[in-house]
Amino acid sequence: MADFHWGFFLELVVSGVLIGLMYSLIALGFVLIYKSTDAINFAQGEFVMIAGIIVGACMASYGLPLWLAIALSVGFMVVFNVGLERTVLRPMIGRPIVAIIMATIGLAALLRGAGPFFFGSGTRALNLPIDDAPIIIGDHFIYLNPIHLLGAVAAVLFLLGFGWFFLKSRKGVAMRAVADSHQVSMAMGINVQRYFALAWVMAGVVAALGGVIWGSLLGVDTQLAVIGLKVFPVVILGGLDSIVGVIVGGIIVGVVENLAAGYLDPMVGGGTKDFTPYVLMILMLMFKPYGLFGKPIIERI
Amino acid sequence: MFHRESGYYKTTYKGDMALYPLPVGRWSVALIGVLFLVIVPLFLDPYYLSILCLIAIAIVGALGLNILLGYTGQISIGHAAFMSVGAYTAANLITKLDWPFWLAVPSGGIMAAAIGVLVGIPSLRIKGLYLAIATLAAQFIIEWVINHTPAISGGVQASIEVPRPVVFGETLDREIELYYFLMAFAVIAIVATMNLVRSRVGRAFIAIRDQDIAAEIIGINVFRYKLYAFAISSFYAGVAGVLYTYYLSIANYEQFLIVVSIDYLAMVIIGGLGSVLGSVFGAIFVTLLPVVIRIFMDTFGAFFFDPVILAQVTAQFRLILFGALIMFFLVVEPEGLNRLWLNIRNYFRIWPFSY
Repeated sequence: MADFHWGFFLELVVSGVLIGLMYSLIALGFVLIYKSTDAINFAQGEFVMIAGIIVGACMASYGLPLWLAIALSVGFMVVFNVGLERTVLRPMIGRPIVAIIMATIGLAALLRGAGPFFFGSGTRALNLPIDDAPIIIGDHFIYLNPIHLLGAVAAVLFLLGFGWFFLKSRKGVAMRAVADSHQVSMAMGINVQRYFALAWVMAGVVAALGGVIWGSLLGVDTQLAVIGLKVFPVVILGGLDSIVGVIVGGIIVGVVENLAAGYLDPMVGGGTKDFTPYVLMILMLMFKPYGLFGKPIIERI
Repeated sequence: MFHRESGYYKTTYKGDMALYPLPVGRWSVALIGVLFLVIVPLFLDPYYLSILCLIAIAIVGALGLNILLGYTGQISIGHAAFMSVGAYTAANLITKLDWPFWLAVPSGGIMAAAIGVLVGIPSLRIKGLYLAIATLAAQFIIEWVINHTPAISGGVQASIEVPRPVVFGETLDREIELYYFLMAFAVIAIVATMNLVRSRVGRAFIAIRDQDIAAEIIGINVFRYKLYAFAISSFYAGVAGVLYTYYLSIANYEQFLIVVSIDYLAMVIIGGLGSVLGSVFGAIFVTLLPVVIRIFMDTFGAFFFDPVILAQVTAQFRLILFGALIMFFLVVEPEGLNRLWLNIRNYFRIWPFSY
């Protein structure tokens, strides 16, 4: 490659890392639910979408301040997810995993319809009160989008918080126990159902935050749900039940897709950004199906 | 109510193995056959015939997915992608080599089956969630490849125009001719599936679904049968894709996006997993749902919504109802419409003396 610029490469990598961390934030919601309830949530992207739409609608249509809109959105996600866990997921405990996957696919369709149905289908801008002039670092002219930076910082904070929660706090340990075996945790006096609800609540809060950050980046409409499709490469690469894996997987996906967009797109005419993470994921599935940090499952009759 | 099951003695193995061992079964199938092949086409106007055409295509596709999901227990979120493989294969063969339909339809199916096997290979190592995600990846990658390879997609807007099929020198350009054409394939698919699932292969599928390790222990080659399931399911999908292409007279990848995969999943779930009749019910239900919603909205929608946004609201309402129905059936009636039908039938079997 004759015209290889280190500056361009570095810029792609750095912004890839930042975007990747923002992917991690969304993937975190998925992992939280999988880790503690063994349920697969195909509607994570739709959670993000609906949270973003609520924030956008509150600010644009009702003129609420940002903090109130976010609080309302978080509140809604908490109530919605508790209700969801009660009515849909709890009756399905013990059913084949395929059934749970399909229920959340149904949920995804429902949310995709309900978001614009109740809040209008136009694209809304969601402006965070920060300066969006690019930050320039060094003499190679690396441009950083401040929203990326904010998103990445928020993601890291949340990830660290949840890491601490699972490793150190009493509730987190109980949650891991629930994830390991429902029956044993019940025998140890853990209220399994309450922890299921807690997991869905946390996933809802994470989704609301993701909705705000991604919404401010992309604008708020149903297309926001497409972010959810990035979750799968992230969690497969990192391992389904690992928080470290979420961070690493997110960074890999962010960097790889940015590099693909920078170097492959001019050659093949666009669109590589959306499918390179999936190619990477398929390779991972073939050689190391449980991901970099995942826990292998041993199956017995 | 109408018949008793006692008094019919099966004296041959052939009689015992018949698809419809009881006369009442044969009579009702014949009645439905006459209804849909003679009476319905005579009296229905072209719009409703076109809906029946769509149902026929959906039946073929749904049966394919049910073989994979309902009988073998392997999830696939890439069903629409396999349909698109069939559609584009056939479209290229028809336009470039001038192949007739009886070559184009199976070759579209075979191509889809080949790709399906390729996607199914990881299914030995991975299952459940991992397989779901792998097939989701297949959906995106196939979409992307078709969209970015002019040799396959025909270049302009990734769509290829296809002439109407020619049967015995007759071009099928009227809706009613197309209806018979598609219905024939639907009937073939139904009969083939009914026979497949009670054969050795079908029983192996069911054993794998119920417990794959146990199936392996009793001597079923799990890898081979999983690949069979993927191949057969994708073959059906490919055929459905070709039929859809013929029906629309155009192959366009936008007809085979992930939303369509989810439609097919919904058909299989709402209809009933692991049941041929269920696939038919599901195909009918899911195809009719948007039609019914549209009619409802055209009639009453103006009372509730601004006419400017009515079309959008209708589409959103469809999605909401759709998702809600999938969840409802999974939670409340996992065996779907087929179970509801069986319940009704069993109730009336001994009615009115139900004690």
